[in-house]
Amino acid sequence: MIARPLIETSDQVFVLLKEWLVGFLPASWQPAAGVVLCVAAIVGLFPVLFALTTVLERKGLGRIQNRIGPNRVGPLGLLQPLADGIKSLTKEDIVPASADRVVHFLAPLVLVVTVFMGFAVEPMGRNMVLVDVDAGLLFYFAMGTSTELAIFMAGWSSRNKYSLLGAMRAVAQMISYEVALLLSSVVVVMMAGSLSLTKIVAAQNQYTWGLPHWYIFTPWGLAGFLMYAIATTAETNRSPFDLPEGESELVAGYHTEYSGFKFALFFLGEYLAMFSISGLGATLFLGGWSAPFSFLTWVPSWIWFFSKLMLSIFVFIWLRGTLPRLRQDQLMNFAWKFVLPMTLLNLLVAALWRFLGEGWERWVFCTAILVVAYVVMARMEMRREHFGPRSYRYAE
Amino acid sequence: MFGEGILKGLAETARNFFGSFVSAERLTTVEYPEQRIAPFEAARVFPFLVYDGEDPLAGLRCVACQICEKECPPQCIFIVKSSDKKPDFVGKPQNYPVRFEIDISVCMSCQICVEVCPFDAIKMNTEFELSTGDRFGGLLLNLDQLVKPNEYYHRIHPAGAAEVDARLAGEKAKAEEKAKAAAEAARAAAEAAQAKAASEAAAANTTGEAGAAKTTEGVGAAKAAEETGVAKAATGEAEAKAASDAAKAAAEVASQKQPDQEGRR
Repeated sequence: MIARPLIETSDQVFVLLKEWLVGFLPASWQPAAGVVLCVAAIVGLFPVLFALTTVLERKGLGRIQNRIGPNRVGPLGLLQPLADGIKSLTKEDIVPASADRVVHFLAPLVLVVTVFMGFAVEPMGRNMVLVDVDAGLLFYFAMGTSTELAIFMAGWSSRNKYSLLGAMRAVAQMISYEVALLLSSVVVVMMAGSLSLTKIVAAQNQYTWGLPHWYIFTPWGLAGFLMYAIATTAETNRSPFDLPEGESELVAGYHTEYSGFKFALFFLGEYLAMFSISGLGATLFLGGWSAPFSFLTWVPSWIWFFSKLMLSIFVFIWLRGTLPRLRQDQLMNFAWKFVLPMTLLNLLVAALWRFLGEGWERWVFCTAILVVAYVVMARMEMRREHFGPRSYRYAE
Repeated sequence: MFGEGILKGLAETARNFFGSFVSAERLTTVEYPEQRIAPFEAARVFPFLVYDGEDPLAGLRCVACQICEKECPPQCIFIVKSSDKKPDFVGKPQNYPVRFEIDISVCMSCQICVEVCPFDAIKMNTEFELSTGDRFGGLLLNLDQLVKPNEYYHRIHPAGAAEVDARLAGEKAKAEEKAKAAAEAARAAAEAAQAKAASEAAAANTTGEAGAAKTTEGVGAAKAAEETGVAKAATGEAEAKAASDAAKAAAEVASQKQPDQEGRR
């Protein structure tokens, strides 16, 4: 076994690094300098992760489609994002003549800034959280919801029908799934008894027989996680819910009129939203930075957090390579007629779990309720569908 | 119904993802600049002009008949016919193109020029790496860039080239035979004319002095006919009506300054 001090140092390496760097400054400056340092770390790290993810996504999608994927720029094509970055920086920045210039300029900034704000409350390791807000989850959702504003700003200010339609779709979709996202997260708050993300992680960082108390390993947690995953996919406008930028009908959706670096910012914002919402999912249901087995607790906590995050990203990419895009009415029906009732039912199940107390009964009852509800709702959905040749009511 | 279709799809894509790392036959991509596939014989890109022998201009099969220019759907061919003639592969004097240009930015690779060419002079190339920095001049191929030896045609389209060669050899043999026959006929005609003139002269001698001038005329005509016949046999030229053909061609040269073509450039 590795020596205890070494384990603790590797676990806290970034915290110690920050303290050492801040130690050079006078005591009165230290808190502010610490925050600036943490912000710089977040602002530096996640764009790098974004660059890496874009090339890995393209390579992964290529492999899913039995292609090779980008392999020209640098070793294994890993410098592709650099080439893309240079390209987007040197491109002409076009603003439509009839656009609202101020809003058009602000939209990508608002998107990126609000997305970055979400990282502030996420615990990325033991003692590694920028601001430990008591209502961290609330803050996160407040920030997450304002990305919709940025998207609508982009669509509205462009004065382009495709942009506007894309933005309308995006807002409709994001508001619909925002409800499901919140309700699926509420079960965690009910169980942990706190909105603070550090407390939620601490509640899951316990082990019975070597296995963690992650919320995904309970019936309501699994159902909640699945609903959360569906809602996040829609919330980040990822395939199969990428209707706002449906190329086949809307050119590029709300960023049709963006070019050059502003487009790159939108791209960055989308991926950052994906990272932050994956990180939140890991925090809520997958135990945040806690290790999956008690004998693996010697591995630094931040490694666990980022592996869970990248695993979620991999699933996002996998889903994108598998599923075709939904239709707008299917998307809305799915949100309001399936995901939302299931999350509401999940709240009841979580309450039942709480009041049934320890024992096997709660496992059986909670699982049974969720499975029966799932089967019944799926059957009802299917009955309502009329597959077959399209019939026209008025044109004949 | 319960989402098992999604799971099935996810399993399929996962199989593709991991399978592409272990089995090489899944990745069918040919990484082009380094790896290449030999062009297919039926491949066609842009046309080129075939010539026989060593000298591109002497052996050029094209006779500037301008059928391809007229048939070309996007009108990408531009030909200027020569005012003089050179012998073609059977030895018959033919015009040749002074300018032959194909604008490959306009050409749509339809192969209609190849289909309509009665002389097997224009064929489709398989060369496709034609990118250039000059999008006007660089994409306008002139005669020097278009001519390719028959050996090249054999290399890229072995079957088609063999068939064309067989056909051209047959035509040449037939033309030689015909020329020989024509020479024979001309000689016979000359002899007949001479005989006729001689008999006429004999008749004139009996009629008197006035006929003397006529006799000399008749002899001259017979001699001229004989000379042309001999000349034809010696050069191995084709049919006797070649002279009239040539006259027609010359008339065309005079009238071929078509104003619309000049305007197109």
